[in-house]
Parts: sequence; C-alpha cells; structure tokens
Amino acid sequence: MSGRAGRTRIGRFPGFGTIAWVCLGCLYLPILILVVFSFNANRAVTIWSGFSVDWYLRAAENDGLQQAAVNSLIVAVIATLVATAMATGIALATSRGPVFRGTTAILAVVSMPMMIPEIVIAVGTLSFFVLAGIKLGLGNVIIAHCVFCIPFAYLPIRARLQVMDPRLDEVARDLYASSWNTFRLITFPLLLPGILSGAMLAFIISLDDYIITAMVGGAGTSTLPIYVYTMLRLGVTPEINAISTVLLAVSVVFVSGSYFLGRKGKSSP
Amino acid sequence: MVSVDQARHLDPPARSAHPALPDASTRAGADARQRRERWYRALLVGPGLLTIGIFLGVPIVIIFVFSFLSPATYGGVEWEFSYEAYRQFLFDRDIFDESLVFNSAYLEIFLRSLLLAVFSVVACLLLGFPTAFFIATRPAARRNLWIFAITLPFWTNLLIRTFCILLILRERGLINNTLIWLGAIDEPIPMMYTDFSMGVGLVYSYLPFMVLPLYANLEKLDFRLLEAAHDLYASRWRAFRWVVLPHAKSGIIAGSVLVFVPSLGTFLAPDLLGGGKRLMIGNLIQLQFMSSRNWPFGAAVAVILLASIMAILVAYVLYNNRQASVQPEDKP
Repeated sequence: MSGRAGRTRIGRFPGFGTIAWVCLGCLYLPILILVVFSFNANRAVTIWSGFSVDWYLRAAENDGLQQAAVNSLIVAVIATLVATAMATGIALATSRGPVFRGTTAILAVVSMPMMIPEIVIAVGTLSFFVLAGIKLGLGNVIIAHCVFCIPFAYLPIRARLQVMDPRLDEVARDLYASSWNTFRLITFPLLLPGILSGAMLAFIISLDDYIITAMVGGAGTSTLPIYVYTMLRLGVTPEINAISTVLLAVSVVFVSGSYFLGRKGKSSP
Repeated sequence: MVSVDQARHLDPPARSAHPALPDASTRAGADARQRRERWYRALLVGPGLLTIGIFLGVPIVIIFVFSFLSPATYGGVEWEFSYEAYRQFLFDRDIFDESLVFNSAYLEIFLRSLLLAVFSVVACLLLGFPTAFFIATRPAARRNLWIFAITLPFWTNLLIRTFCILLILRERGLINNTLIWLGAIDEPIPMMYTDFSMGVGLVYSYLPFMVLPLYANLEKLDFRLLEAAHDLYASRWRAFRWVVLPHAKSGIIAGSVLVFVPSLGTFLAPDLLGGGKRLMIGNLIQLQFMSSRNWPFGAAVAVILLASIMAILVAYVLYNNRQASVQPEDKP
C-alpha cells in the first residue's frame, strides 16, 4: 500500500466527506425514526409522548401476526436449506476443477433471478402455477422463494471458494483420499463459513420478499411482509413500527452474521 | 490471490501427471475419469439449474406466450392467438367503428417509469460518487466499516424501508411536523403521492447499488496519478475531470445499470409512496393480473419491461466485452 500517502492531501475534494456523512444519515435516519416511534406511548406515529412497549405487547398478542410469522419462518427455513444446498453444488462445479465450457452460461442462468424484475417473476410464476394446476398453498410460495434465494446463497459461497487454495484438495487426493473424503474432510469444513454466510443471506432475502409472495400465495399463506402490507393499507399505527423493528433487528443480526462469517479467514489466503 | 489463480491454471496438467494415472498408457482410464468428473459436475449443477429453469425459465416463456393470447373474463387466458394486448398498449379501439385511436395513457406510464428510473440513477450518482470516493480515501480498516454501514440497509426489508420514507414525507410526517414546529410553514407541504415521493423512495432503496461498484472501482485508482496531475499544476477539479472520472467510467456505468434496472421495474415505492394514482410500469403489470384481470395485457407489459431491461443489460455486457478487448489485462 505504498504511494497512498498522497491520498489524504491531494485526493481530497471539498464537500465529498460531507456528502458521504449525509448519505449515511439519510440511510439511517428513517430507520431510526421508525424504531423510536415503535416505543411511543401515543397512537400518533410521529409525535412523541412517552416511552412504552405497549405496541410490542399488542403485536405479540395478535393472532394473525403470529400465523404470518410462523408462515414466514417455515418458508424461509425450507427455502434457505434447499437454495443453499443447490447453490453450494453450483459453486463447487463452477469454481473447482478445470474450467469447462458452459461456465458462463451457468453463471448467466444463476444470476437470472437477480436480473429479471421481481414483478415479472411474480406474474410469471403465478401464471405457471395456474397453468400447471399446482395448488400447494404455502408450497407454491416455498418453490418461488427457493428460486430467487439461489443467487444470493451462491455469491458468498463462490467468493469463499475463490480464496480457498485448491492445492489443499490436490494434497488430499495425493494422499489417496477418495473424492468424498476430500470433500467431507477438507473442502466442506473450509467452505462452511461461506455456506453459512450464503444461507443467512438467503434467509433474509426470503423473509423480506413481498411482491412475489403476494402474487403467488393464495388465502392463508400470508407471510410477515404481506401482513405488514395489509396493516399499512388499513392505516399507519405504531404497531406496524413495532413489528417492523423486530423484522429489522432480525435482518441486521443475520446480515452482520453473514458479513463476519464471510470475512472469517479471508485475510489468510 | 495470484498464487491461487496460477495454481488453478496449472490444474489440468498437474492432474494428468497424477501418480495413479501414468498417462498415455491408460488413455481409457483417463477417459473414464473424465467422464466420471463430468457426471459429478452434472450432479452438482443439475438441481439448481433445473429449479431455476423450470420455475423461472418456463414462467418467462409462459408470460411471452400469454401476451399473444386473449383474456378470459375472470382472469387467465383464452387459447386463441391475438396481438390485441400489444395494440392496447398504444391504441384504443373506438367503440363505434372499431377504428384505432392513439391512447397515450400506458405510454405515459412507461415514460414516467423511465424518467423516474433516470432520476434515481442521477440522484444516486450525485450522492453515491462523492460517498464512494470518500470511502476509498479512508484508511483501509475504516473502509470496510463504511461499506458495511452503506450495505446494511439494503439487506433490510424493502417494504419497511419504503414505510420509513412514508413516515417522513407524510402530511403529518417528520419533515412537515418539524417545519410547522419551527414556524417555517403553517400548512403541511404535500409531498406524498407525487413523483417526488416516488423518486425519494427509489433513491433510498437503491443508493447502495451505486456506491458499491463505484467504491470497488475507485479503490483501485492509483492515487499517485492525482499527485502527478498536481505536480503538473492541474487544479483539483481538472485532476478530477481528467484523472478520476476516466478511471471511474466503468464503475459509473456499472452502478447506473444496477440502479436503473430495479428502479424501472419497481413495485413497492410507487405503490406505497405514489398512492396508486401515479403508476409505474410494475404497478400496471400487477393491476392487470389482480384487479383488472386482463392477463394478456399484463403479460404484454411485462414482456415490454423485460425487453427494455434485457436491451440495457446486453448493451452493458457488449460494452464490457469491448472494454476488455481494448485493455486485455487490468493494471497490476
């Protein structure tokens, strides 16, 4: 990192620092407002009148919300497990061994769920289920979630594989380890932080989805975002703030976890 | 990093020199091994690719097919060919003599979506470039923290983040309440349910998409070039114009594509912040499949949206390939 001494002096443009801090402020201020007013004693969402956890208690007693939370968990857990397993397979095949023809095509297919607008995926999947006569209720939602979770699980796993030394696998093979044992004893343990990191991203991506779930799911399949959306349509109350705060907290915990797992051991290539 | 890459490139010969496989003499053995590897690879890749192919690829094909069919009365489609759906995007059929009358309503929605997406790109660039540059000039340990802080909101629920903007822009929201409290205004300024509120929602949603590629690009900028420019008596802004901007071009383009694509197809921001009156293309599609029950028209609009986005992505890939062929290898 030599030659960066000049960074601070010449590489400084007036106002850039201010804008950066303003950006950070703009990103977090709205969230802060949301969290603060979830503890408001009063019904108003933007006038402070005293601290209370009433809205959390009220949310906890809400039956519809509980059902939605259970649905969200079922969908997110299954979609995460399936998508992460599939993503691990694709990542292993595309990053290990000789580069083969079709890698680019595979990468294009994997990134499709990220590139196609969600609304198009939503109406497409809806049409597909109607046409194919698949009516599995929550099952439909789970299938749809598996698809768009794959790329999010894939990215951290592939990133991890790229910094892992492939020679370790070679060594294991030279010592007459079978492919399975090489994978079980060498590749998998080294890859595990990447897999966990990918699984966590897949989990929150599934937990966050609104539009695809709304289009694909039928009656009785409402997940947390669907429930929050319906409440919003009926009117803004601090109960929504309370639910949102809990969801935000879950996301923050998982993203932080994913981030630190992804970084783990990265500094020693 | 370099050593790992090199090892990867050395991989195939290293393997053929494996002691268990004295090459040439056991051609058949090597072939069998290769076949087995191909098998494994198919097993690894298969489930994921099949899932995406069946539950995403097929639906996209279905949307394309649906857009050329006729609507059934209660949603769904009738299986008879028709390009009415695309016609409807631009023309109304006169009730009396069946003549085509130009109808700009849907085209306006499309153009508004384009404009809002462009606005969101420009605003994200104006905010994101200085931010990315500032982060790139922080000490190494701080940079990761900044990037983490900028990305974190992206991973939180989009619906909730849009709701946050609603809390701030509402008639009795944070801004109006503060201004009234300060005595700056008597009546709340109406900000919600306008193009402005949708634009704010888009920028708030997708700003991290601009900062990340820009940062990745600027982090590689050789700051000695700025010193050189300085030594050659370039002013700060000339150095910015002729050193930083040319280097950042690919990052700017990548960030713009990443912001533009989701902005164009967005649903939640216009739905919650546009109040259902100011539609964007994503909402138009949703309406056709839900309340209006004209699936072929919804499918046609979805195809138009998808085609626009694919055109941008293809142009982007072509641009990248050309760049790659002009500069065969990145600077060390």
